[in-house]
Amino acid sequence: MPLRRSNVDTDQIIPAVYLKRVTRTGFEDGLFAAWREDPGFVLNRPAYAGASILVAGEEFGTGSSREHAVWALSDYGFRVVIAPRFGDIFRGNSLKQGLLTVELPQAAVETLWDTVEQSPTTTVEVDLAAREVRCADRSWAFSLDDFSRWRLMEGLDDIGLTLRHEDAITAFEAQRPSYGVVVS
Amino acid sequence: MSRTLAQKVWDTHVVHRANGEPDLLYIDLHLLHEVTSPQAFDGLRMAGRKVRRPDLTIATEDHNTPTDNLLTISDPTSRTQIETLRRNCAEFGIRLHPLGDPEQGVVHVMGPQQGLTQPGMTIVCGDSHTSTHGAFGGLAFGIGTSEVEHVLATQTLPQTTPKQLAVNVTGELPAGVTAKDLILALISKVGTGAGRGHVVEYRGSAIEKLSMEGRMTVSNMSIEWGAKAGLIAPDDTTYAWLEGRAFAPRGKSWESALDHWRSLPTDPGAVFDSQVELDASSLTPFVTWGTNPGQGAPLSASVPDPESFSTEAERTAARRAVEYMALSPGTPLRDVAVDVVFVGSCTNGRLEDLRLAADVIRGHKVADGVRMMIVPGSAAVRAQAEAEGLHEVFTAAGAEWRFAGCSMCLGMNPDTLKPGQRSASTSNRNFEGRQGKGGRTHLVSPAVAAATAVVGRLAAPADL
Repeated sequence: MPLRRSNVDTDQIIPAVYLKRVTRTGFEDGLFAAWREDPGFVLNRPAYAGASILVAGEEFGTGSSREHAVWALSDYGFRVVIAPRFGDIFRGNSLKQGLLTVELPQAAVETLWDTVEQSPTTTVEVDLAAREVRCADRSWAFSLDDFSRWRLMEGLDDIGLTLRHEDAITAFEAQRPSYGVVVS
Repeated sequence: MSRTLAQKVWDTHVVHRANGEPDLLYIDLHLLHEVTSPQAFDGLRMAGRKVRRPDLTIATEDHNTPTDNLLTISDPTSRTQIETLRRNCAEFGIRLHPLGDPEQGVVHVMGPQQGLTQPGMTIVCGDSHTSTHGAFGGLAFGIGTSEVEHVLATQTLPQTTPKQLAVNVTGELPAGVTAKDLILALISKVGTGAGRGHVVEYRGSAIEKLSMEGRMTVSNMSIEWGAKAGLIAPDDTTYAWLEGRAFAPRGKSWESALDHWRSLPTDPGAVFDSQVELDASSLTPFVTWGTNPGQGAPLSASVPDPESFSTEAERTAARRAVEYMALSPGTPLRDVAVDVVFVGSCTNGRLEDLRLAADVIRGHKVADGVRMMIVPGSAAVRAQAEAEGLHEVFTAAGAEWRFAGCSMCLGMNPDTLKPGQRSASTSNRNFEGRQGKGGRTHLVSPAVAAATAVVGRLAAPADL
């Protein structure tokens, strides 16, 4: 699905009024809530129904740390967002939640936009193992660090990974300075 | 080897380091609020995990609270969210400052005012403006809910080493130009993505001269240009501000802490990956005209012509922004009339900000048809302001004196703009609909906010 906009901040992805829920599901109704009121907005176009890859402009996901932005995209059915550049916190959140964020150069994004706008049924393939995006006869490599790729491919629980180092945490705590802040 | 301030803080918090993996960092303080924590607590319960260090964790209620009273949350969904935080804190033994508590307030005002934020610490919170705490010379950054759960369970976070960026602000701010003008001008100069992947250190004579409140305003908006964190070296201003606060070390501990803190500033010869220069003496009151914090201009300028920008992406963004903001290119910014003036938020809701606004508005009246809201950043700031009589200055001018909270910064609680309304706001984000669906936001300093309230159009104190 082509989203020809840059600086799509997390307030656009999901406005704050949708953050009041204490549960983890059902955030798709808040996705791009303000923009969806426009019948011509790309999410409302039947040609792109069921798309699992969103292709957006630079600085996608800037602003607030709300992980609800990732949940809204995932709950709606997106598996991948492609953009020239992402906000750091959003990118971190997305990789933790299994929403793959792929950085491609602006020119590649323009090519993808042009292609899927001309022919909405074009298949775009994102190959996490090969770190490659393929569309028609074109392909672009993308970078993703080995550690994040491994976590995504294996679907690993971050807390479980960290708790392998619990002894190191305990040892670290034993040598923290005595003047450090204690809340209670 | 010479190291930067941020590298020193980082190095002293590495719990585990291995090739090809992010460093595992220890977190000294974890701040919680009602919006980004409920799903994290649920995650803990589902996995049968506990909060590892409730004694390094503290919560407050701020985002989704009313500011017209302390007792009644009329929206049932909001009430559930607040009650969920209270239940979670009780269950896991976490200190909470709820509505009505003398220390309740915006999380990034509440922490520093109690002396919880100290140099050299690692501080996280499920809120992007956690960068605020970097003003004390610690490494402080915003995290998502998965990471909130991770810190609750392990008191650590895996983190990839960021790049180092120095912002050198030379010269001296002219009279009437504030920290807010400085950071707005900087973001406008470098753009909203310039800090990405970096921790930033703000340095130079203009930064050294800022008060702690001013430094917090600067560090607060680091995220608005994409930086992970924004640090300022601790110095005598920092220590004077901290000494005697509730959680500041005392006696011998204070001396030990001071020794450590004095070792933190960046070593001479330390290398930054990149540098940005800004001359403070050239700055004037600065406001935003668009829908991201980088779309700003001096108050004396006019709404820019979108076609004047150098890249197509910027031109497209500016066209859309000018249309959303209902502005015409070429209109002097001083001609832009506002409906609402909001003074508050984690950016500008501290005592010094309220004093600045009060000094400007003293003896004047809020213009007809303009609503001015003063929302102290915390209950303690509110009490201090009242002890100084500031509330009387505001109410005499016709402004609303409200209770502490995030209020109109984020369009979540009852304080919102109506569709089409235009605000001058001391907050940090002018995104489309940020302060309420269809609302239009101009980011300004507290001094400009107060002058704007009097004139009814964007204005500086010198215009009164």
